Amino acid sequence: MDIGIFRGLITATLFLLFIGIWAWSWSRKRKDDFQRAANVPLEDDSKPPPHEPKEEQSQ
Amino acid sequence: MDSQSSYNDKVVRQFTIMTIVWGVVGMLVGVIIAAQLIWPALNFDLPFLTYGRLRPLHTNAVIFAFGGSGLFATAYYVVQRTCHVRLAFDKLAAFTFWGWQLVIVLAVITLPLGITQSKEYAELEWPIDLLIAVVWIGYAIVFLGTIAKRRVKHIYVANWFYAAFILTVAVLHIFNNLVIPVTLTKSYPIYSGIVDGMMQWWYGHNAVGFFLTAGFLGMMYYYVPKQAGRPVYSYRLSVVHFWALIAIYMWAGPHHLHYTSLPNWAQSIGMVFSLILFAPSWGGMINGIMTLSGAWHKLRTDPILKFMIVSLSFYGMSTFEGPMMSIKTVNALSHYTDWTIGHVHSGALGWVAMMTIGALYNMIPRLFNKESMYSTKLIDVHFWTSTIGVVLYAVSMWISGITQGLMWRALNDDGTLTYSFIESLKFTYPYYGIRLLGGLVFFSGMLVMVYNVWKTVAATKPQPVPVIQPA
Repeated sequence: MDIGIFRGLITATLFLLFIGIWAWSWSRKRKDDFQRAANVPLEDDSKPPPHEPKEEQSQ
Repeated sequence: MDSQSSYNDKVVRQFTIMTIVWGVVGMLVGVIIAAQLIWPALNFDLPFLTYGRLRPLHTNAVIFAFGGSGLFATAYYVVQRTCHVRLAFDKLAAFTFWGWQLVIVLAVITLPLGITQSKEYAELEWPIDLLIAVVWIGYAIVFLGTIAKRRVKHIYVANWFYAAFILTVAVLHIFNNLVIPVTLTKSYPIYSGIVDGMMQWWYGHNAVGFFLTAGFLGMMYYYVPKQAGRPVYSYRLSVVHFWALIAIYMWAGPHHLHYTSLPNWAQSIGMVFSLILFAPSWGGMINGIMTLSGAWHKLRTDPILKFMIVSLSFYGMSTFEGPMMSIKTVNALSHYTDWTIGHVHSGALGWVAMMTIGALYNMIPRLFNKESMYSTKLIDVHFWTSTIGVVLYAVSMWISGITQGLMWRALNDDGTLTYSFIESLKFTYPYYGIRLLGGLVFFSGMLVMVYNVWKTVAATKPQPVPVIQPA
């Protein structure tokens, strides 16, 4: 295969991969998992954040 | 308590304290060399105090000693909390601490002696490079080993950024430092000519992209939600901008070699990729700032949050400025002037240092079994000294740098240069004074931090913190 075609195919593959990542992360199926993941830093705290009254955690 | 049921916070505490120590040392050297640019006699005619030897000491101390220790501390803290498991390999983790400190001590000795590979941000000679490689591989094993034994399915986004930073820096460090040793203190790179230049700036720009960006974005994705008490604004945006950022940064290095003997097409690729980088960079900045939505009122009372939000603002500003400066015609004006120095410092002081300082203030009470820092008022003082310091620094370097660029390119009708070099130097003089003032103000805030942290941690007995069960 011509090296130019080969490089073009690699670029096209990477571009499609990026679109794929985009579609995957915006898919409805990911919504609940991502919601949980977004709360991960808040899960683990033995102490209230300084300077603020402790907020109620939903869990 | 069984050792596996508590976090390994000893290594985190060690790195945390050394982050502050090296921050003070590195910024003090910065202040000294800023003063030398105004009063050259300050080198006292001693070779080891000359600007050329102290400048790499400054850059290595602030990037690798201050920033590096901060990244070790926070990565070890975050990966344990988000994986709900104790850090893997206690002894190897301890080795990364002592090994990294040894690297820094060796840098402090060899750089003033003039022992250098003469590659920017990769000055350290080959025996130290070997030690760095060993310590860094240990870091990767500890970090990835902890992820491997996690008790939750999902790998939190901060860990993706930390892992990308650790793995990429290993690759960059090893390949840019491939040399043929001649003596214990002298080596020659296996690359020559423009290939050597391209390797150096592939390394150099990715040191910015992965050491100073991806690593600190990892920090941002844990400590900003934590401090704000709010979840990440858009988790899916964090996934997309992660992959975009790490894929694109790799190609931006050639913008450091505009108008050199690097082939023109390679320069253009570097410029185009640098322009594209604007999008994933601002993705991260927007995601961080918007995490405050619903909690904006906290900015009024919480100086730690102020550190983080101003840090993100500087990140946004310097990742707009960077792509702009990578455009060839802009670069023709900005390159080799003080504009570059100002750009670097709005990133390094504004983004990197202020995010690190915010994360440390968040983490220190939790590490040392305290309810809060000794004084919130003093954190606020530190916040204002940092902010005013960076603004003075960046603005003085803009004025001085852009004027330098304009004076150097000005031509008379007959094609001769309008200004001699010394005339541009004379112009920059007062701005070097303002830059020194900005550096001093920023540095004074670090001393306030030392006092505040000392009062917080002295005479406390840290307690083991139990590993929290996964939800």
